[in-house]
Amino acid sequence: MEVLVRSADRVGIERLILSQGFSSVPHPTPNILREENDRVMRAVKRFPDRAYGSVFLSPSFPEFSLREFDRCVRDGPMVGVGELEADKRCNSPEHDAIVERAISMKVPILQHTWMKAEGNDPGESTPYDLVELAKRHPEANFICAHTGGEWERGIRIIRDTKNILAEIAGFDPTSGVVEMAVRELGAERVVYGSDVGGRGFASQLAKVVGADIPTAAKELVLGGNLRRLFAPILRAKGYKG
Amino acid sequence: MIVDTNVSLSRWPFRRLSGDETPTLVERLSKQGVSQAWVGSFDAILHRDIGGVNARLMDECQRHGGDILKPFGALNPKLPDWQEDLRRCVEDYNMPGIRLHPNYHQYQLTDPVFAELLHAAAARGVIVQIAVSMEDTRTQHPLVRAPPVDLTALPQLVKREPAAKLELLNWWPALRRQSLQAFVDAGAVYFDISTVEGIEGTARLMDRLPAERVVFGSNFPLFSFDAALLKMQESGLAEDRKKMLLEGNAKRILPGATR
Repeated sequence: MEVLVRSADRVGIERLILSQGFSSVPHPTPNILREENDRVMRAVKRFPDRAYGSVFLSPSFPEFSLREFDRCVRDGPMVGVGELEADKRCNSPEHDAIVERAISMKVPILQHTWMKAEGNDPGESTPYDLVELAKRHPEANFICAHTGGEWERGIRIIRDTKNILAEIAGFDPTSGVVEMAVRELGAERVVYGSDVGGRGFASQLAKVVGADIPTAAKELVLGGNLRRLFAPILRAKGYKG
Repeated sequence: MIVDTNVSLSRWPFRRLSGDETPTLVERLSKQGVSQAWVGSFDAILHRDIGGVNARLMDECQRHGGDILKPFGALNPKLPDWQEDLRRCVEDYNMPGIRLHPNYHQYQLTDPVFAELLHAAAARGVIVQIAVSMEDTRTQHPLVRAPPVDLTALPQLVKREPAAKLELLNWWPALRRQSLQAFVDAGAVYFDISTVEGIEGTARLMDRLPAERVVFGSNFPLFSFDAALLKMQESGLAEDRKKMLLEGNAKRILPGATR
């Protein structure tokens, strides 16, 4: 965590939203989920001015996930759900109870999505799946992690579903992604993410910093939108925005 | 000042890019402090008339490049009479290097023609750049899927050509989990930073390799130029290492280049 904060400082990143701890397990057990959430909460406790936590859940364990949401978000320090990445595509009915819990606390949900040229892993969600889920829950706020990877299609898929924001991390620092997302969705529906661990802050930050968009749009993408999205839960918990 | 060893002219086949007109590209590079850019052509990836690709590359560099652009011609050793393309690059155009795309040109480095090409390039004293990949395989167009170049055979081949100078571009996805020592031990093999990832990835790469083997490369305009710069910033490199990476190491590979 010290290295993360040190690197974040060097490129001007004020706040980190942490989730999943060290886990890259595609099918986490309840023990792994709990352990990684504990790891995140320890990091947040240690760096309260730099990090927020977002709870790691699995729709394969719906009852456990709801209890874990209560432990970490309702009764704990966490402020978001996800990145939800595990086991089942996010259009599955098992996601509904998790989303309803998130709505009850007004916390956003970060949902992993990809559309890999070689085919997705079993249970891996696409933006199409997220659109289905978002349409079932119009009062929830979703962040489409990686915008499906194949962003030129991903942006179009989510365009008409206004409660989904596009997140731009997790693939090469390709020129044009942020420009297209801002053009098609509006700057208020695009957010920076680093996917740090697998990636660095820098390559993903460059997608925004180097984009041919107005400064005001960059400010929204780099923080303004997330501040707006997280404002209700941060207020409820008495945190600084 | 910066020597960017990984820049391309012309059109990426799958989308327009900000910077795919040469005057704009030169303006943007100059604004970023680039004093020299080693440029290949996106056309080389899919075009069969490589002679035409290289003639246009040379023309663009002469018309718009000022002192910044250094053309690296394309070679496809699976085309008939590729040796004439090499001759033109060296004798007619005085290019300091060539850029290869073995994955898009559908040959393995184990193909005897690659050893022949490497020998011919070394004999003529030109740098050989191998573009190990161009983009994330997961996001490639379904009709044009090119896995990263398999580099397993490269160290042995380089050992046989002590005069060869090679630079690997966009190599990270292919080699990120492998030892790089065999490449270092084999000869003059250099690594660009365009696809290097992870927290403080550039600093860790310079610790993992002899630092003089790491060179600045952006893969601009396909990638945001800022990515390479920000990676250096994130790594918190000491001034001496920063200078090596930004220009010193590249100048060691290509001292006093003239077009």
